[in-house]
Amino acid sequence: MSILRKALTTAALATALIATGAHAETKRIALVVKALGIGFFEAANKGAEEAAKELGDVEIIYTGPTDTTAEGQIEVINALIAQGVDAIAISANDPDAVAPALQKAMERGITVISWDSGVAKEGRQMHLNPSSSALIGNTIIKLAADHMPEGGDVAILSATSTSTNQNIWIEEATKVLPNYPGINLVATVYGDDLADKSYREAQGLIQTYPNLKAIIAPTTVGILAASQAVTDAGKIGAINVTGLGLPSEMAGAVESGATISFAIWNPIDLGYAATMLAYNISNGAKAEPGASIPMGRMGAATLDENNEAAMSDPFTYDKSNIEEFKSIF
Amino acid sequence: MSDSTHHTARLIPDRLTSPLARALRSWEALLIVVAVAVFAINSFASPYFLNAWNLSDATFNFTEKAMIAFAMAMLIIAGEIDLSVASIIALASTAMGIAMTAGFDTPMLVAVGIGTGVLCGALNGFFVARLGLPSIVVTIGTMSLFRGISTIVLGDEAFTGYPKSFAWFGQGYVWWVFSFELVLFAVLAVGFYVLLHRTNFGRSVYAIGNNPTAALFSGIRVGRVRFILFLMTGLMSGIAAVCLTSRLGSTRPSIATGMELEVVTMVVLGGVNILGGSGTIPGVVLAAIIMGLVTFGFGLLNVPGIVMSIFLGLLLISVIAVPRLIRRWGK
Repeated sequence: MSILRKALTTAALATALIATGAHAETKRIALVVKALGIGFFEAANKGAEEAAKELGDVEIIYTGPTDTTAEGQIEVINALIAQGVDAIAISANDPDAVAPALQKAMERGITVISWDSGVAKEGRQMHLNPSSSALIGNTIIKLAADHMPEGGDVAILSATSTSTNQNIWIEEATKVLPNYPGINLVATVYGDDLADKSYREAQGLIQTYPNLKAIIAPTTVGILAASQAVTDAGKIGAINVTGLGLPSEMAGAVESGATISFAIWNPIDLGYAATMLAYNISNGAKAEPGASIPMGRMGAATLDENNEAAMSDPFTYDKSNIEEFKSIF
Repeated sequence: MSDSTHHTARLIPDRLTSPLARALRSWEALLIVVAVAVFAINSFASPYFLNAWNLSDATFNFTEKAMIAFAMAMLIIAGEIDLSVASIIALASTAMGIAMTAGFDTPMLVAVGIGTGVLCGALNGFFVARLGLPSIVVTIGTMSLFRGISTIVLGDEAFTGYPKSFAWFGQGYVWWVFSFELVLFAVLAVGFYVLLHRTNFGRSVYAIGNNPTAALFSGIRVGRVRFILFLMTGLMSGIAAVCLTSRLGSTRPSIATGMELEVVTMVVLGGVNILGGSGTIPGVVLAAIIMGLVTFGFGLLNVPGIVMSIFLGLLLISVIAVPRLIRRWGK
């Protein structure tokens, strides 16, 4: 029994100590990720630490389950509620399943935001998207147009014809097409996000359109397959492959010149921005439609009617920075 | 293997040593020591541990798994195993989602969830008890089958919007900090204790695990007992599916992924011989509490999940190895 009593007094003492300590200084912000050991999230943590350094009075708790399950994240959330952290910024494994646990966190006065992979509306105060469909649509066209000063034919290699994300991006891209005079979209084909089918579709484009100057693939599978097809056809320099890709997969294509540049969100910026938002909301910034909440060097997030915001244009990767990022994600 | 000699001893003169000496040397005594140690270490390590509400939250780490572990313990004691339990949860949860979409209310949802579990268990039982197939092969098959059906139905969609009253099973409290799941866990623990340790059925489970042929010749309907055990594992998976779905408020095909191994770990840590023949329900209860406390304690210290897995692995190996080594040196 004496152990228990000792434990109780120690705990009480420690609680008192920590309570007064926390009151005086640091905000504890938990960055909850889908699973530990994923390069993308490790990079986001780097950004969070950068934000913490800049803010000065912030302690980052970087945590997440071992594998990408909602149940694992709920255990993590319960532990964070128990510790009475000031804010939780989560990239959710399941938008709905974690919502009840996060609601409990909010009831106990914890600021909750989601980033990257969102949480259902009732389970968070705001969600930070890495980018918006309009920004992505514009970026993928711009990446191709920037390297075509005289204009010319471009084609899109997408995922499946029913992929929601890709279809919205392509729709946004065609909307801004008139802003790029001389750029001629000749075809949109679908590789179904399968490496071999994407490769064959890209081959088809190369053969069908001899004047093709660029292939735009807004999918990580497609861009990789297209750059391979261009390389194999000996068209490096004639056809530029661009779109959305992962630095680790695209490093070879950038090196060979099949891809001059491509885009994807920058996880460091994302972790940084999420931390800034969590900090500011926890310090009293109101997360409501129309509100503009500052996020340090990333500008400010403007919330839409669903309390969602877009961080920025996708980040462009080329020869100058691919070495740095290819080991990250 | 002195556990099995204990049992043969128990069967003939009832007891060779005094009950107290037996209790002190038992596996459960060791687990109590471990549980107290984990509790004490946690209390020292984190100021947030000794708080009624926090501890109550922590029980959700193990209640659903433990419900299945009770039935799994009996199954393993009988020399069988069911690796499809987590997939049964996925299928039962999907069935509840379909029922919810069709407009049924809470009582019907619970019935559908539990019913699906029982049906899945019956299928496993049919293959093993009736057709005589090895349970590990059958349940590896149904593990893919059940989750596969759920994946076909849902794809990357989810069922959400369960009725408010349904949330009570996973999020409601019976009294003060005692959640419905915790109370259910306690009631089931008592129920399974009585079933395994105080009934003829429980006795026959041990007999089958130790020697199915001898059990058969002594008049035990081995096939029927096995079938009932699979039915019970399915039933408990169905109940766990109701609780988990209610707690998550949604269904996705990935629900409860990997839970079967945690359940088996719990059972083995609880002192059940993986080869069958011995084990107790109190041991499983203690193992469940230990696993829950360890997970929660590490969570409070923000220890990365992988370290937690390593620790649980080491705990499992040491709890099993240490008593055997002591016995060997003692000779």
